[in-house]
Amino acid sequence: MNTTQKLLNGKFSLEMQVYGSGEPLLYLHGAGGLMPVEPFLEDLGAHFKVYAPQFPGYGESTGSEHIDDIADAVLFYHELMDELGIPTANLVGHSMGGMIAAEVAAFDVHRARKLVLIAPAGFWIDEVPIPDLFAAQLTEIAGLLFHDPNSAAAQMMTAIPSDFKALETMYVERVKRLATASKFLWPIPDRGLKKRAYRIAAPTLLLWGDDDKLIAPAYAREFTSRIKNSKLEIIKNAGHMVMYEQQEALVGAIRKFLKG
Amino acid sequence: MKFTWFHLMPYRFLPEDFKEKYHSVWVDIPRDLYDPKIGHRLYNDYLDQLEYADSMGFDGLGVNEHHQNAYGLMPSPNIMAAALSRRTRNASLVVLGNSIALYNPPIRVAEEFAMLDVISGGRLVAGFPVGTSMDTNFCYGEIPATIREKYYEAHDLIIKAWTAKDVFSFNGKYTKLRYVNLWPRPLQQPHPPIWIPGGGSVETYDFCADHGYQYSFLSFFGYIAGKKVADGYWEVMAKKNKELNPYSLGFAQVVSVAETDEQAEKDYAAHMDYFYNRCLHVYNGFADAPGYRTVKTIKAGMLGQVGEQAALRREGLKWKDFIEQGYVIAGSPKTVRERLREAMKSLNCGHLMILMQIGSMPPELVRKSTNLFATEVMPYMRDLWSDFEDKWSPKRMAQDDIAMPAAVHFQKTEVNGKARAAIPGAAEVRGAK
Repeated sequence: MNTTQKLLNGKFSLEMQVYGSGEPLLYLHGAGGLMPVEPFLEDLGAHFKVYAPQFPGYGESTGSEHIDDIADAVLFYHELMDELGIPTANLVGHSMGGMIAAEVAAFDVHRARKLVLIAPAGFWIDEVPIPDLFAAQLTEIAGLLFHDPNSAAAQMMTAIPSDFKALETMYVERVKRLATASKFLWPIPDRGLKKRAYRIAAPTLLLWGDDDKLIAPAYAREFTSRIKNSKLEIIKNAGHMVMYEQQEALVGAIRKFLKG
Repeated sequence: MKFTWFHLMPYRFLPEDFKEKYHSVWVDIPRDLYDPKIGHRLYNDYLDQLEYADSMGFDGLGVNEHHQNAYGLMPSPNIMAAALSRRTRNASLVVLGNSIALYNPPIRVAEEFAMLDVISGGRLVAGFPVGTSMDTNFCYGEIPATIREKYYEAHDLIIKAWTAKDVFSFNGKYTKLRYVNLWPRPLQQPHPPIWIPGGGSVETYDFCADHGYQYSFLSFFGYIAGKKVADGYWEVMAKKNKELNPYSLGFAQVVSVAETDEQAEKDYAAHMDYFYNRCLHVYNGFADAPGYRTVKTIKAGMLGQVGEQAALRREGLKWKDFIEQGYVIAGSPKTVRERLREAMKSLNCGHLMILMQIGSMPPELVRKSTNLFATEVMPYMRDLWSDFEDKWSPKRMAQDDIAMPAAVHFQKTEVNGKARAAIPGAAEVRGAK
């Protein structure tokens, strides 16, 4: 179900997907934003009440001009959780969303009941540089994000329209999304999480595709070494977009961890 | 009509297979391709060329800022302007310019420009570009989404620093200063003329119109392609009821003059090819970081000068095409006179930024082209726009009041039986002419 959620008297207007019922689960998407329908969130909806807002600047969501940095983003999510009546929830974040979810949980230890970080950003290792997604060509993106760039899912998600108008629309949308993401990720996706990650008190599960070519699984240690109650599960035959390549394994791992 | 002799300062010796073998001329070009000993000669050649242009009566000498770029070897154009300030006496120093959002605090630019204005006796034109995406986002790490806001704030700070009568505090979002107190302040009052180099961002038209700044379109594509941008600018100016004064528009154009049209092709074609195919070989992914251009500009269909789209438009172009499509105005003095007049009239442009050293062009050709232009073209175009007042050129000190540097006597030494200056490289540079 798609809803519109207003915050702070319309300072933010959010396009939000809501699935299922049960314990609350807030999903924080990555730099690419949400697809119109997210099948893996639908699956999670069988066990949880899933709230998946498009971040300001993504899709129909407005208010990105009010968010400059991590502190603004964290307070935005705190505000949203209060408004939704879920001051504490399971937090699940992917990539950039994982980075922000970790910050939300670190700034206020009462926000996350449990925390699931799927291939999160937030660190930089000189020896394992993260490829520059901002400079990548449309034709290179599938190769960076997917274990199998030729799979139907990869092709569908990274298709380049041949029609000029459609291409322009796609280009403008991509610019809007990545411009917002650049506030957290440009030029290096390190905004000081290393100083704050020790604060995270919630049990934390890290999930990583074994063939993540964007943020290599080597980054998992940056999280597990700092977060007291954390563990890593590697998902086989998956790249950065784990949810589209190994939906069942991913949903299974999240469900087991959050229900366990 | 006014003429600024503009130098990009390219590296002249990129390998022949550069386009095929290398990723990009900008941002991540391998450092081994730069030989500092050759670089030494190039800087000295290029300063000679600018000084020669001064002696030939050009109104301005133009330099600009690029980073990690093989066609623009001036990370700091202020250093070049400083060198020129002592060895020239007439021309304006047109620094186009300093990317003010990159300097922390931006007051640094206010100070350096003030120094240049004072040293040169009030000959500075202060250019404030946002800077290209390659320079600002990819090389200098600025966040694309916020660079324009940071730029506007830096501008406000610099202008206030130049004009405030007292020490003031500045509580900006990007810069906070408890005590702003510019020492020295500029010689020109209230401040040097401001030119804004733009690449077709629609916001820049408004910015220039609202502040009364000159808009400089630094295109490499020539006057035919540039007309869309010039028209966009004049449209905004007309809508805001501003005077349509040609001197409020600057335009960069590649111009090469030879004895005849045939000789021009013989002399210059290879260097054009070097410029358009090697110097402008920029990886498409660096051309436009997401958020660098506003959605409004993207939707206005303003294309960047570099990257894939621009390269596609240039694909396979030969000398004849470069001439026909207006990328280059070249030929005999007569041909150049006619086409340039037509070009400036079609753009309604009063400040021509003339690109005479282009790509791999060697000093002797630069000198020939500059000489022919100054003697056979420029005098015949001076009458253009004589009905308008140029409010965008520096108001310098009286010629008699401008300090004259003391004469320098280089100690001569002998190398292999030939006399040369004691400064390494200088003899070869001068010998090349």
